[in-house]
Order: sequence, then C-alpha cells, then structure tokens
Amino acid sequence: MARVERRDLSDAPVRVVSARANLATRLKNLLSRRELLTSLITSDIRIKYKGSALGVFWSMLSPALTLATYFLVFSIFLKNGIPNFVVYLFSGLVVWNMFQSAVSSATGVIVDRAGLVKKVSFPREILALANVGASVIYFFIQLVVLAAFLLLIGHQPAWGYLWILPISFGALYLFTASVAIVMSAVTVYLRDMRHLMDVVLQLWFWISPVVYSYENSIAGPLHRHGLASLYFLNPVTLIILTFQRIFYVSTTVHSTTTGALLKILPTWPMSTYLYMNLGLLVLMAVLFLVALSIFGRLEGNFESEL
Amino acid sequence: MTNVIEVEGISKQFKIHHERHQSLKERLLHPRSGSTEVFHALSDINFKVADGETVGILGHNGSGKSTLLKCICGVLQPTSGEIRLRGSLAALLELGAGFQHELSGRDNVYLYGAMLGFSKKMIDAIFDDVVAFSELDHFIDTQVKFYSSGMYVRLAFAVAVNVNPDILVVDEVLAVGDERFQAKCIDRIQHFQREGRSILLVTHQADTVRAICDRAIVLDGGHLVADGPVQESLRTFRERLMGGAAARETSRVTANVNIDAISTPNGSFEVRNGAGLHFDVDISAEHAFSGNFVMEIFTRSGLLVSRSDAQGAPVDLRPGPNRVGVDLSQIPLLDGIYDINVGVVDPHGSTVIAWRERAASIQVIYDGREGGIVEISPSIRQL
Repeated sequence: MARVERRDLSDAPVRVVSARANLATRLKNLLSRRELLTSLITSDIRIKYKGSALGVFWSMLSPALTLATYFLVFSIFLKNGIPNFVVYLFSGLVVWNMFQSAVSSATGVIVDRAGLVKKVSFPREILALANVGASVIYFFIQLVVLAAFLLLIGHQPAWGYLWILPISFGALYLFTASVAIVMSAVTVYLRDMRHLMDVVLQLWFWISPVVYSYENSIAGPLHRHGLASLYFLNPVTLIILTFQRIFYVSTTVHSTTTGALLKILPTWPMSTYLYMNLGLLVLMAVLFLVALSIFGRLEGNFESEL
Repeated sequence: MTNVIEVEGISKQFKIHHERHQSLKERLLHPRSGSTEVFHALSDINFKVADGETVGILGHNGSGKSTLLKCICGVLQPTSGEIRLRGSLAALLELGAGFQHELSGRDNVYLYGAMLGFSKKMIDAIFDDVVAFSELDHFIDTQVKFYSSGMYVRLAFAVAVNVNPDILVVDEVLAVGDERFQAKCIDRIQHFQREGRSILLVTHQADTVRAICDRAIVLDGGHLVADGPVQESLRTFRERLMGGAAARETSRVTANVNIDAISTPNGSFEVRNGAGLHFDVDISAEHAFSGNFVMEIFTRSGLLVSRSDAQGAPVDLRPGPNRVGVDLSQIPLLDGIYDINVGVVDPHGSTVIAWRERAASIQVIYDGREGGIVEISPSIRQL
C-alpha cells in the first residue's frame, strides 16, 4: 500500500483538553486563533450590510443622524450655550457608540450561535470579541469622519495630547471586551439579560458625559455630596473626557447664550490625563483577565443550557 | 508508535433541569430550584489511539459516544480527566454547523476553515480541491441559504477532508448524501487511512466498523465495555448490548433466552465445497417464546457473505432446552474459514432477543482453481 510522506507526529505539540483550562492556556488559545477572529469580523460586517442598498455607508449615516439629533436638541432647543457643541458631542459619541454597539450585539451572541457553539470547537470568547472587533472598525470609520469634519471647519485638536489617544483607546477596548465577554456568557443562563442590557445601556449613556458637560452640569453637585469619585467608577467617563479634551480642546469657554464663563472640561494638566489613562489601562487589562476566567467558569455548562 | 489521542479518566456529568428557570423573575422566585439531577454521560473512560490507526466507537443512542467525541474535539469540557491530542484535528460532528446562511459558499469555506483552525493561506491552497470535491462549481458564489441540504453537507464534508488533518473525527455523517457521494466519502476515508492518518469513527452500524476500522471501542451507559480487535468488540456490542437492551425492553413477553451451544452430528465443521452441512443450535428459554431464528456468515476479514432473511425463520421455544436444526445445502463457498453468527429476534425482526457472535467457524475445503469467496464456475470459451 502506498504510503504518502507525512510529518512525524512524535514531536508535534500536545494539546490538552481538561476540565478547566487555566488562564494562560485560554489566552494562548485566543491568540492562536486570531485568524478566526478576523474571519468572523469580516463575515459579521458582510452579513450586516448584505442586501442593503447603502451598505457600510449605514455605519456612518446612523451615527451622523444621532449626532444631528442631539445637536438639534441641546444646541437649538435647550440651548446649553456650549460653543462648537457638535465637536464636543462628536468626540464623546465616538467612544460611546463603540462601547454601546459592541456590548449590545455581544450580549446575545452565544445564545444566537448555539448551533455553532455546540458543534464546533474554538474558544467561544471569540464570538463576543468578533462583535467588539466589528465595533472597533466602525469606531475607526467614525474617527476618520471626525478628523475630516475637524479639517473642514478648521478646528485644531490638542496636538500635544494626541498621543494619549492610543492609551485611552486601549483601555476602552479592554473594558468593552470584558463587558461583552461576561455578558455573552451570563445571557446563556439568564436570557433576560438581553432586555435588561438595553435598559442598562440607556441609563449608562446618561451617567456618561456625552451630551452634557461634566464640569458645567454635574461636577458641582457631585462634589457637594462627595459623589465625584463614584461618578468616575464608570471607566467610560474618563475615556470620554480624554477624547473631548483632545478633540474639543478648550476647558473653559464663553457661553454663546449668556456670554458667561463656562467650565466645560476638567482643567487637569497633561500628566494627570496621562497617568489616569495609564492607570485605567492597567486596571482594564486586569479586568479583561478576570472576564476571561469568569467566562471559562460559565462556559463549562453551556451545553446543558443552550 | 506515537499516540495521537490519549484519553485519560474522562468523566462528564450533565445537570438536567426539570424546570428551566432561565428568566430573571423565575430565578429570583426559585433561588434554589431543587429539581436538578446529575446525569453521568461518561464515567472514567480510558483509551489511546496510535498514529495511523482507525478506531470505531460503537454504542447505542445514549451510550455516551457522541459526548465522548465532543470532548475529544474540544466542543465539550469533561468534568474530570484529561485528553491529550497530537497533530491537527478536523471533526465532522454535524456537517455545516459553522455555516453562515447569508454568506456565499466561497466565504463559508474560508470561515469554516478558520473555525477548524486553518489559516487563509492553507484554505487558498486547497480551495479548488474543495470546490471540485463538493461538485458545486456553479454554486460556490451563491448564498448558502439557497443550497439544498445535500449541497450543504457536500460543501462541509469537502472542507473537512481537504484540509488534510492528522486526525479525522467522523460522527455518523456517512448516512447523509446520496449513495454516490457516500461512496466517495468512504473512498476518501480509505485514502486517509492509506496515508497513515488517524481516524475516529462513531457509529452504531456494525457493518461500517467492520469495513473500515482496525480496532473498535464499545460504550454502554457511559462506560467503556470493550476495546480491542473489531471482531471481539462487535461480539461484545451485539451479545451484551443488543441482548441486554432487548431483554430490558421486552421483559414483559420474554425472559432469558440463551444460545447455549452449536454442534454438528460428527463434531466437525469442516465441509467440502458443494457439499451440505447440518448443525444444531441449542437454545434454552425460561418461558415459552415465539420468535425468529437468524443466521449470518462472515469471512474472517469481516465481509458479510450471507444474512438470512431479517424476518428469520419462525421458532416456538418451549420453557427449558430447545434445539434448532440448520441445513446448509450445497455450500458454494471457496477455500477458507467462515464465521457463523446466530441469534433469536422477536417476531417482527426488530429486536434481538439473544445473539451469539462467532458461534462457530466452518472450514471450507475447495479443490478447484477459482479464487475469492463464492464459486461461480464461469465457463469461458472463445466465440
């Protein structure tokens, strides 16, 4: 019988399937399946816009419409007096859109892809991470639109602060991924999470300084009640403030309605922004590992729950 | 020889929820719903598969064979124990499970390949083979949701076998597709064997195991009850499991029918080609039972030569010892040793009541020059 030349398997690496893989193995498995992650992200995006006339253009159009709505409400109807409010709004929304779209799509992903989860072997976190990845791509598209918009209206970002952006984005990615991973697993056991998350995300939006100014609107009352540190427990807050500091630049402005001096953003020096973002990045990296191990614990019983 | 799969002390338990509280309200109202039951799907399974071996896993529905396979593929985590794997593995658990309906066949080939753990470059290299094997040239850019179920399965099978894994895991997928495609799949699996790759095949069809496997493992109720040569394992599978299951199922009508012995008047199972052979089968029954008697003849290499009508010949067993006589007239077999399996099935021929695998071996003596199994005696002349 003809034997075809094959590699000798005696020194091939050994893969171990056991009751509970440790964190290092989980991370290694995740890293080794990067290619699957990119495949899933591209197929996610393709499916989302398959058959729609405007295609990926929707990923720009829908944030643009949100932006227009909030601009209309807060700048025209409610007149918050913040000059250049569009820029302020845009820089916060870019961050929020990424977090919100990733978490809301990842929450039900394991349940929705039960057929796959029960039949094909791959690190299941990748499903949630693929949703986060798709949101990252939309995030960058929006960032490009924001840059083009700034160029168009001749608004200069804070160039000196720009290099904090990657650190801040790293923290945003890790936080979003952690929440997405944990929620995707929890939803397997508690199907209500999907609906609950919709509500929670709405509330979350309003406790993040996207459409209002932290310093101008709520910093005062919060400090009076000693709740300021509580407000900063929301990791999204610091990231949004950093983005606003970088793109909106001015910390103090003259109101367009009354002409009075408005304090919009914290007047921290660059080093404070840097250290706070670095600290957040480290914290979020730890959180990500915690999320992975929580997922690992919950994953063991997926089969009997799906 | 290197072991490509080492299964060590694998156990798997499932929690069975009798009432499923999956909504938040129900969880809050029933914080500790006591109605969960632990089901032991697998208990302490140990075995090894060497490089190049083809191993069959036999067992009835619910015996744990699919659970075991899922553990090996990494779809399920075992509750305890460890499985060590060497080399790449492709699993045909449920064909097309990874397909995205909205995407084209082409995109799905890449996605499915990535799910099996193969890089885009590797898929690029085999893409044409995949398309050729699946015979979907005209439809490869059509969305998968427009595929027929046969096309679906063909594409998935084509990906899994063309990525050339070191270990191929197959779970009863050979039953799908038309006959021609099935033959193609079996052919492909045999090609795999010739290349010295390892195959793990799960089935409850004894014939498939006999045709393909080097070794077979039998699972019953989550326990490994046999691990050895195909013939031995099939014997256990048939006798112990089929008999046992039948006894459990039909205990109302019957109990304990047993095949005690098989004998010939002169004690010899040697027969000349063309001659007849008579043998008696001693059967004891605890209660009166009307059933059918069945017989099979196999070659030593496991090829089925003859199986009596599935309905069998009716026998009325009295309580106590019974004797059934079997006459084989003019045996057309050629030189060799043939194994005889005998059994008693219920009147509908659907459940096996008693079974004896390799109850006897007959030796056929043939003086002619024909080769093979059966004497055809062709007369050949030039016209």
